Amino acid sequence: MRHIAQSLVGLIITLLVVSFVIFLVMEAVPGDPAEIILGMSAAPDTLAALRSQLGLDQPFLVRYSNWLIGLLQGDLGDSYTYSTSVSQLIGERLEVTLPLTGLAALLSVLISVPLGVLAAARPNGLVDMFASLFSQIGIAVPNFWVGLLLILGVALTFGWFPAGGFPGWDAGFWSALNALILPSIALAIPQAAVLTRVTRAAVIEVTNEDFVRTARAKGATPSHALWRHIVPNAMIPIVTMLGMQISVLIAGAVLVENVFTLPGMGTLAYQALAQRDLIVIQNVVLFFAAIVMGINFLVDALYTVLDPRLRVRR
Amino acid sequence: MKRLPWSLIVGGTITAILIFAAIVSQFWTPVDPTAINIGNRLKGPGEGGILGSDHFGRDELSMIMAGAWVSLGIAFSAIAVGGLIGTVLGVVAASERGPFEALIMRVNDVLFAFPPVLSAILLAAILGGGPVTTIVAIALFMIPVFARVTRSAALQIWARDYILAARMSGKSSARITLEHVIPNIAAQIIVQIAIQTGLGILTEAGLSFLGLGIAPPTPSWGRMLADAQTYLTIAPHLVFVPGIAICTAVLGLNLLGDGLRDLTDPRRRQST
Amino acid sequence: MTSHFRFLLTTAATVSLLAAGNAIAEPRTDLILGMSTEPSGLDPTAAAPVAIGQVVWQNLFEGLVAIDKDGNIEPELAEDWVISDDGLTYTFNLRDSVTFQNGEAFNADTAKYTIDRILADDSVNPQKSLYKTITSVKATDADTLELTLSKPSADLLYWLGFPTAVMIEPTSEATNATNPIGTGPFKFSEWKKGNQVTLVENTNYWGKAPKLDKVTFRFIGDPQAQAAALTSGGIDVVPEFTAPELVSQFEKNNTFSTVIGTSGMEVVAGMNNAKKPFNDVRVRQALMMAIDRQGIVDATNAGFGTPIGSHFSPSDAGYEDLAGVLPYDPTKAKKLLAEAGYPNGFTFTMKMPNRTYAERASEIMQAYFSMIGVTMIIETSEFPAKWVQDVFKDTNYDMTIIGHAEPLDIGIYARKPYYFNYENPDFNKTMVEVANAKSEEERVAGYQQAQKILAEDVPALFIYASPKIGIWKSGLNGMWTNAPVPSNDVTDAFWKE
Repeated sequence: MRHIAQSLVGLIITLLVVSFVIFLVMEAVPGDPAEIILGMSAAPDTLAALRSQLGLDQPFLVRYSNWLIGLLQGDLGDSYTYSTSVSQLIGERLEVTLPLTGLAALLSVLISVPLGVLAAARPNGLVDMFASLFSQIGIAVPNFWVGLLLILGVALTFGWFPAGGFPGWDAGFWSALNALILPSIALAIPQAAVLTRVTRAAVIEVTNEDFVRTARAKGATPSHALWRHIVPNAMIPIVTMLGMQISVLIAGAVLVENVFTLPGMGTLAYQALAQRDLIVIQNVVLFFAAIVMGINFLVDALYTVLDPRLRVRR
Repeated sequence: MKRLPWSLIVGGTITAILIFAAIVSQFWTPVDPTAINIGNRLKGPGEGGILGSDHFGRDELSMIMAGAWVSLGIAFSAIAVGGLIGTVLGVVAASERGPFEALIMRVNDVLFAFPPVLSAILLAAILGGGPVTTIVAIALFMIPVFARVTRSAALQIWARDYILAARMSGKSSARITLEHVIPNIAAQIIVQIAIQTGLGILTEAGLSFLGLGIAPPTPSWGRMLADAQTYLTIAPHLVFVPGIAICTAVLGLNLLGDGLRDLTDPRRRQST
Repeated sequence: MTSHFRFLLTTAATVSLLAAGNAIAEPRTDLILGMSTEPSGLDPTAAAPVAIGQVVWQNLFEGLVAIDKDGNIEPELAEDWVISDDGLTYTFNLRDSVTFQNGEAFNADTAKYTIDRILADDSVNPQKSLYKTITSVKATDADTLELTLSKPSADLLYWLGFPTAVMIEPTSEATNATNPIGTGPFKFSEWKKGNQVTLVENTNYWGKAPKLDKVTFRFIGDPQAQAAALTSGGIDVVPEFTAPELVSQFEKNNTFSTVIGTSGMEVVAGMNNAKKPFNDVRVRQALMMAIDRQGIVDATNAGFGTPIGSHFSPSDAGYEDLAGVLPYDPTKAKKLLAEAGYPNGFTFTMKMPNRTYAERASEIMQAYFSMIGVTMIIETSEFPAKWVQDVFKDTNYDMTIIGHAEPLDIGIYARKPYYFNYENPDFNKTMVEVANAKSEEERVAGYQQAQKILAEDVPALFIYASPKIGIWKSGLNGMWTNAPVPSNDVTDAFWKE
């Protein structure tokens, strides 16, 4: 438990550092938000008026500490361009990105775990060959290309799913979900490929351990041994990998949302940067960073709890 | 004599062809890859060059070859920068331990917290798009990867008996690192280089796809795909050709990495 | 298999259409309109993006005057007006019994408030400089507004018709960006960020009631997805379709109307006229003659768009076709270059904004220039942030290319400072004459003179006027063909079954 507490403190310190780095980066980004909002014909005094309205004329440290204080109070500030609160904006965009990444993670697990386990059950068998082919190719394909192929081959050919856009959840659960199916497949395939490899390797490793031999010796059928003893124990590396892949998943979401023109967090970050809506970008990036670190922390903690040996090793 | 793993043969061949095509493209391509020929626009494979032509009537095959140079060049440069820094950080962390190691790992965490595409978008806003930005963005992502891999590999070497013996004989830790640690983890580093080059190509393609990569007219696989998006229904070959190029290149490098791993670490041959 | 399946789908669609036709005799009263860019707020008086006006102008907000679909000035909240002989006093007779959508009355006081707010020291109106000639605003009585000018400004009425000069209600000023209140026939209903804005009919509208009762503006960035949404019925109309190469599939399909008009946007490759070699008119003329404008239009826009020879839109009154003044002639261009002292050409950098049209045009221009020995290096410049800084403000560039979307903006070549760094006393004089014009004929004549000066002097390479490619379902009427002002005025739109 001490280890967990320690890494929690580490997590918070890292987050603080990350927030400062983000704010520094925002300072370094050239371009003036006021200019973007008011366009090319705006007079200098007009720009100055807007800058002071947005609080951009205050010194760096004041703005940084204002941001931090606001964060602690749950107030992320107001978007320069949309004039609405950033938390509301992020909330609206999460309605797309969370289901998208969630669905992709789920799909990748549903594909990879059975495939990896079956491949490991009979190494060099037919399933194993297929699994290895799938994972080799899956790792090599860019998810945005898979997205384009799905649009071309499924959406535009059969019309079962929209080629892009998102109708919103209040347009009906199914039509909203429909719009997320192809993007999440595009996102899931490279993930599933990675996970299939990990699953297969983990299952094979556990199979060679003593307790499995004992179970077998005690008369457990191969399939009983596989699903009751081996798979649960192989889950640790699989979950770890899934956690580590979260940042890849988020990065992928930026591209896939772009291909399918989905109004998600990735599109928000991309648009906000083009419009120099710095307050939105800094919050979105911090949010992503916090998610990546938070999930890695959880996986780490889970690991420690699940595997007592690690507590000693650390 | 050991039999070479098949993945090494296939991966090595693909990679060799790729590098060959990239180098040849600097002297010769079927057509000038930047030559615009409006009369020849959007021709399918066969009718306008072997792989067809794009919306400006440029030859796809020539662009793919020139694009290989760009993709590989950027990926290798990024690996050279990120891999070197990451490796140095990793082995030093393993030899020094203590607060320095903790600091390096913390910096790693910070770098790791930024999803690669997102940090590249931010970097592009600061530095402007272009090859340097792309290289820096990919290198930034590679640093923590290499630091982690080399640190844990180096730690295993440090735990060996002969290191203890070397220490007893009064060798400095810098010398031990150079004489014993690095040669022993070199194989793992090479494997990582092959795999990470593949990832580098994927990331470069993604960034060019978003319009953050190298500027036209230099062909780039990712931007070819971005251009193809508009002509999806009219000229689907524009989607297939660069996509297959990316996919094959990454596949080849990954197989090469796997093959090298099998070759250097035969125990893994059964498990993976 | 595929074609068979498609056939089934088409049959099913036809059957359902027939069924729908039988079941509903009444024509539809709602409209879903597709746009490429989402506005960043909904207050056109506080931010520049044209997407704002494309949602709210005329539909939700109205001005003293309006610019109609042909680019003419029409009365709107002002019934009529008188301009004094010296051109310095404008007296507007305002419409009475107009109320804002929140119930507040519109009168001379609110009109004064609106214009004072544009001119105030802390104003954030993006076009403030257009209205700077106004020195005082007086509400002489409830229905009369009087503007006093420091000098004549013949285009002021036109500018008062812009989205930046729409009438706003003082108490809603702060919230107009998210919950706009205007006097128009439609009022704000809902904005799903990143997705769509919905307007519904304003039942208390002072004028002719619109035929639609609900208009949804849906934002779809990718033209491929727009096309798919049109075909699948997700949207009814895309007034400005951005993928010319996909137009033919709609032209062949008689369930859609494809209407090609012109927008007020001129794509021009501006040059730094203060910098060598662009300070030499022969070099500029040579570069102009090196490029085949029709070739660029064909390659980048599938042939849609009008090659131009000056900075004027074919949709504006007084337009003259001057594309032939410096026609495509590489031999002549080479000769001009040699005369200017560059027989072997030269090398320069193009700061290219990261916009598809600019990227495509740049790549083609690069090829054309290389044919006369001129090397153009392309450098991507992030638009708008980097570009505005480097090109527009610091004028640290050789050449750039950008679409000028502001209507009737030839005056920018007389503006100082402006990114062309262009200085031509003749042209400046002509623009003063335009401002002082006493009659419409005089104003138009002045503009024609201005066009001719630029066509000879080419401070920028004039490439083409952007097309406005409208695609909508057959049965929809009353959409604009041209867009003299960036807008999607749907107040006259209706469905005929």
